[in-house]
Amino acid sequence: MFNISTQALFAQLLVGLINGSFYALLSLGLAVIFGMLNIINFAHGALYMMGAFCAYFLLNVLGVNYWLALILAPLLIGGLGAVLERTMLQRLAGLDHLYGLLLTFGLALIIQGLFQNYFGSSGLPYAIPQQLTGGQNLGFMFLPNYRAWVVVFSLTVCLATWFAIEKTKLGSYLRAATENPTLVRAFGINVPRMITLTYGFGVGLAALAGVLSAPINQVRPLMGADLIIVVFAVVVIGGMGSIMGSIVTGFALGILEGLTKYFYPEASNTVVFVIMAIVLMVKPNGLFGRA
Amino acid sequence: MTTTPTKTLSAAPPKRDETTVIMAMIAVLAVLPLVGVYPYFVMQALCFALFACAFNLLIGYVGLLSFGHAMFLGTAGYASAHAAKVWGLPPELCIIFGTVAAAVLGLLVGLIAIRRQGIYFSMTTLALAQMMYFFYLQAKFTHGEDGIQGVPRDPFLGFLDISKPLVLFYVVLAIFVAGFLLIYRTINSPFGEILKAIRENEPRAISLGYRTARYKLAAFVLSAGLAGLAGATKVIVSQNASLTDVRWEMSGEVVLMTLVGGLGTIFGPVVGAFVIIAMQQYLAEFGQWVLVIQGVIFVACVLAFRRGLVGELAQALSRNL
Repeated sequence: MFNISTQALFAQLLVGLINGSFYALLSLGLAVIFGMLNIINFAHGALYMMGAFCAYFLLNVLGVNYWLALILAPLLIGGLGAVLERTMLQRLAGLDHLYGLLLTFGLALIIQGLFQNYFGSSGLPYAIPQQLTGGQNLGFMFLPNYRAWVVVFSLTVCLATWFAIEKTKLGSYLRAATENPTLVRAFGINVPRMITLTYGFGVGLAALAGVLSAPINQVRPLMGADLIIVVFAVVVIGGMGSIMGSIVTGFALGILEGLTKYFYPEASNTVVFVIMAIVLMVKPNGLFGRA
Repeated sequence: MTTTPTKTLSAAPPKRDETTVIMAMIAVLAVLPLVGVYPYFVMQALCFALFACAFNLLIGYVGLLSFGHAMFLGTAGYASAHAAKVWGLPPELCIIFGTVAAAVLGLLVGLIAIRRQGIYFSMTTLALAQMMYFFYLQAKFTHGEDGIQGVPRDPFLGFLDISKPLVLFYVVLAIFVAGFLLIYRTINSPFGEILKAIRENEPRAISLGYRTARYKLAAFVLSAGLAGLAGATKVIVSQNASLTDVRWEMSGEVVLMTLVGGLGTIFGPVVGAFVIIAMQQYLAEFGQWVLVIQGVIFVACVLAFRRGLVGELAQALSRNL
């Protein structure tokens, strides 16, 4: 009773959900970093790419499997992020926000340039972990196990992050430090360390997205370069004021993009940008943004 | 109409100094090809210098960091290349057509982008520029990856034979000087003073009764149009229009040129453009290392060298350059 085109529709919806997972993880990281540091992290795409490469090297050089890489890569790349924050970003405190954007743009150029130098522009394959090969026949479509895992796992991580920031004591410190760092410092909380850890955490989320995407998209030096621009548009649409807002916007735009691929493929590259333009005309602060 | 400058605005600069430096700059540029510098290099650098000056008008005098200025450079390039090759228009009309096309795009993008400030403005312009990139990638008339090649060089104004490098050079120099002087005049006009007031304190400018959104939009359209003038001229020089000019890397490059020369200085973007274009020429054989080096310059400038070359010089001489 289901013809080929409904199958294709569901296939594109799944692709949209997968992309939405990456948008959500990346825009969530950007929002968390923006909240604490007041900078927009242009290096986010490059660090996402490093997460994927990290998983690739862990597997092919050290023989570390996917599951460990899922924990190790975000820790390693997040640690690198913390170092970048301590050595460079910290010096920009008090300056115009634009300098943070310019500095991280420079970092993105350096990282992507170095990886392009050594790995060219072609992709390196990363095998789907054994436990997640194969798939389920749902009757109306074939659902590969790995893709289902990516969507479920990303959603879980996003919701856990939301819970940690909005509902726990640590999160309340974080939110307080976002509102008034001086006062929180006066209470004896080490705010600079919190800022470093926040940046590391946001970067870790990007690296996690990189590991998740390695078996789906190949591991390429420029895999994050174009993605980050779409994620910026997602962030402008959602507004960075709300954690849940970034998650919802990320998934929703992924799905919308998937639907566009089915109904009007020519516009699939640009649909997110068009929506951004419309949202800016109607609600300049973004769907979830505060004035 | 005059405005009282706020305390952070510097007093009116010594005009005679600037006029002298402008004359000296034009004189030096005019003799460059005569003393053995490759004219094509200077022409290319001049186009980028005008592009960077147009970009600097926004970041330096209105405080708006556009991260999508390549869309104006590239749009004007495609428009003028199409006008020259397919419609057979003379080069002066092609350049005007390209400039107008960029200004119209600037009006549309500006209406959307100036609704947000700060980094949201930067992200919006970047995203809209990426949208234009995908449009040009798919559009038929741009010939995708090939670009529009072999753009003709008909006589300029009907009598200047721009197929001769030296004639073309002086035409390009004249266009650059015209664009540069227009920007110089703008930032020293009452309109320019209001732009600076918006940069320093937008709420105060609003409370003084200025409709700041209109001023910002006017500055954005002017900047887009001048970036278009640079893009259209660049196409007549290089005889091809390609996707390179609309990519985000190009938007980043103009930010770099302006940053290296000095944000918000009059001569900084020109110096920065020459430095970066020269660097690219010398490092062309090193492939992707160029990107890495540009990244390092970005980081070094932001961390240690925020005034840029001309900004530091101006500081050392206690002058406004």
